[in-house]
Amino acid sequence: MSKIFPKSANALPLQLIIFLGVLGGVAAAGITYYATPAYLRVGYQPVQPVPFDHSLHAGQLGIDCRYCHASVEKSATSSVPAAQTCMNCHSIIKSASPLLEVVRQSYATGEPVPWVKIHKNPDYVYFNHSVHVNRGVSCVECHGKVNEMPTVHQDQSHSMSWCLDCHRNPAARIREPKDVYNLDSARLADQGPEGLKQAQKYIHDWKVMPPQSCSGCHR
Amino acid sequence: MGAHASDHPVPAILAEVKPAVMPRPVLVANNRDFHWITEKICGLVEGKTPVWWWWCFGAAAFVASFTIAGLIYLVATGVGVWGHANPVNWAWDIVNFVFWIGIGHAGTLISAILCLLRQKWRTSINRPAEAMTIFAVVCAAIFPVFHVGRIWFAVTPGWLFPFPNSNGIWQNFRSPLEWDVFAVSTYGTVSVLFWYVGLIPDLGTLRDRFTAAGNVLKARIYGFFAMGWRGSNRQWSNYEMAYLILAGISTPLVLSVHTIVSFDFAVSLIPGWHTTIFPPYFVAGAIFSGFGMVLTLMLPLRAVYRLDDLITQYHIDCMCKIILATGTMVGYAYSMEFFIAWYGANPYEGFAFINRAFGHYAWAYWIMISCNVITPQFFWFKAVRNNTTLVWILCLFVNVGMWFERFVIIVTSLARDFLPSSWGYYSPSIVEIFTFFGTFGVFSVLFLLFIRFLPIMPMSEIKMVIPAADPHGSTKH
Repeated sequence: MSKIFPKSANALPLQLIIFLGVLGGVAAAGITYYATPAYLRVGYQPVQPVPFDHSLHAGQLGIDCRYCHASVEKSATSSVPAAQTCMNCHSIIKSASPLLEVVRQSYATGEPVPWVKIHKNPDYVYFNHSVHVNRGVSCVECHGKVNEMPTVHQDQSHSMSWCLDCHRNPAARIREPKDVYNLDSARLADQGPEGLKQAQKYIHDWKVMPPQSCSGCHR
Repeated sequence: MGAHASDHPVPAILAEVKPAVMPRPVLVANNRDFHWITEKICGLVEGKTPVWWWWCFGAAAFVASFTIAGLIYLVATGVGVWGHANPVNWAWDIVNFVFWIGIGHAGTLISAILCLLRQKWRTSINRPAEAMTIFAVVCAAIFPVFHVGRIWFAVTPGWLFPFPNSNGIWQNFRSPLEWDVFAVSTYGTVSVLFWYVGLIPDLGTLRDRFTAAGNVLKARIYGFFAMGWRGSNRQWSNYEMAYLILAGISTPLVLSVHTIVSFDFAVSLIPGWHTTIFPPYFVAGAIFSGFGMVLTLMLPLRAVYRLDDLITQYHIDCMCKIILATGTMVGYAYSMEFFIAWYGANPYEGFAFINRAFGHYAWAYWIMISCNVITPQFFWFKAVRNNTTLVWILCLFVNVGMWFERFVIIVTSLARDFLPSSWGYYSPSIVEIFTFFGTFGVFSVLFLLFIRFLPIMPMSEIKMVIPAADPHGSTKH
């Protein structure tokens, strides 16, 4: 019987297995790195209609987060300020700046400034700001050091497993209530054994029981 | 295989009792020899494509397009296009899934259990039966995958298969539905492996014949899949061991897969589902329906390809008897369900069974009883088993009956659950009907491709059961 395959074909099964193994490994590694919110969403930094500088206002000037995002302690959503809030100062300071033209327009007409939303939660996720900030979860945990950002970008992945990381172990991430809006403060758990003990005491006293069931967030 | 039987000494008692000589029925009629078998089976692959094959393939592809259209419509629109609604949230999708997965069981039983039990009559039917298993699993898998609606979720964040994912979600591993995913995917994998390993020597034969005929392309294609088979003693020895190991692995699957499918129902609390008899009852029903399908496929194949010498009356007899045995077991299970419903004195369970037989779905129940309990009883009679046409018609009834069995179990129990306020009546939507109808086309397309391009019977194994393969003669025992 004449040969229909070259002798090198003997190695073909092994080569195929190695090739498929490498291919599978590369695909798994690629998907793990590139196809998750940690890669796809972190760093999202859209151009805003007004070049509002958080590092100037919240950082250098030390304006409290709640001055603008006023409803965060009482409401599910953290409100984006109306132009009136800006004009409290900017009717006097830099009142003629061309950068603020959009704000002045908004103030005059009542049409809101078309800010571009960065931290988007899916419709099927229920998230309440007030319950988090009132129980020692600082803004910085989810939004990063906004006080150092000239232009805001997404700092954390906001994936479901990222939510669960904290819901499964809240004591590791909470702060003293007075530090919640101090974005430069340290977590209690990072302040040595005493801090961790205090965090656990808060978890106990405040009856912090972050839901881990589906319906906790997907109502 | 079996050659060692003649090594045993003859017991002395035989000389005294003089048992009547009962010759074993021949497995290959008309004293066909090695060469005839090779020519016959390879000839089907090598010959010109018959005209009827094209007609059948065209018809099958047309029917299959119903499934494809139905599934595209489902994915584009949503699962609402199926007729499911409270309280019947499982209906034709799961009925069809269990129906198809059950059919596969005959193939595994023939290839694995009958191999271990050295039932030599399996040799001429095991290859098409295994092919039937694989194609039935393909048809079955369509339904659970597509009933999630957004099918890409079946894999990526892992609604079916567990994968680490950025949602941090895992399946509910305590749910029989998840066990089902593992059971069916294991079943599919092992069935394909078993089928393929069995094919290797025959693919080698085809490769050599195409090489000799100068058809290099086909020789290369068959040669690629023959994986360098030379038929040396060492290869045969390894091959036999691999085949035996796979038979050993497959054997528990015959029982476990449909047991786990039955857990989908038995583990729940719905009256009419929550019964301990389900696993053995489902397995018997699966083998029953599977042999029904094997005969439904083999009898036309035997007639068209004139395979009477290879699929003899003895083969048909054996399969009819298995259908009779398993069909009777299924009938026993039906009556035992009623008995336990009465004996258990649970009013809900009692109602569920009375409702099955005399409620809104009584028509389905009595179709099931007539097809599954009465039909196989005809196989008590040799005259019936000898009448090939009648056997084929009865097997069609078996197929119909086993589909209705799953319909009765699933739909009647859900339509009348604990709360009368939520009772309802389920009717399938046209999309469901078309999708299911089309799976017969999907199955037929695959089966037609199989009979056209692959050796439909294991030549090497059939050669082992003809007298020429046993030079010591079979008259000694």
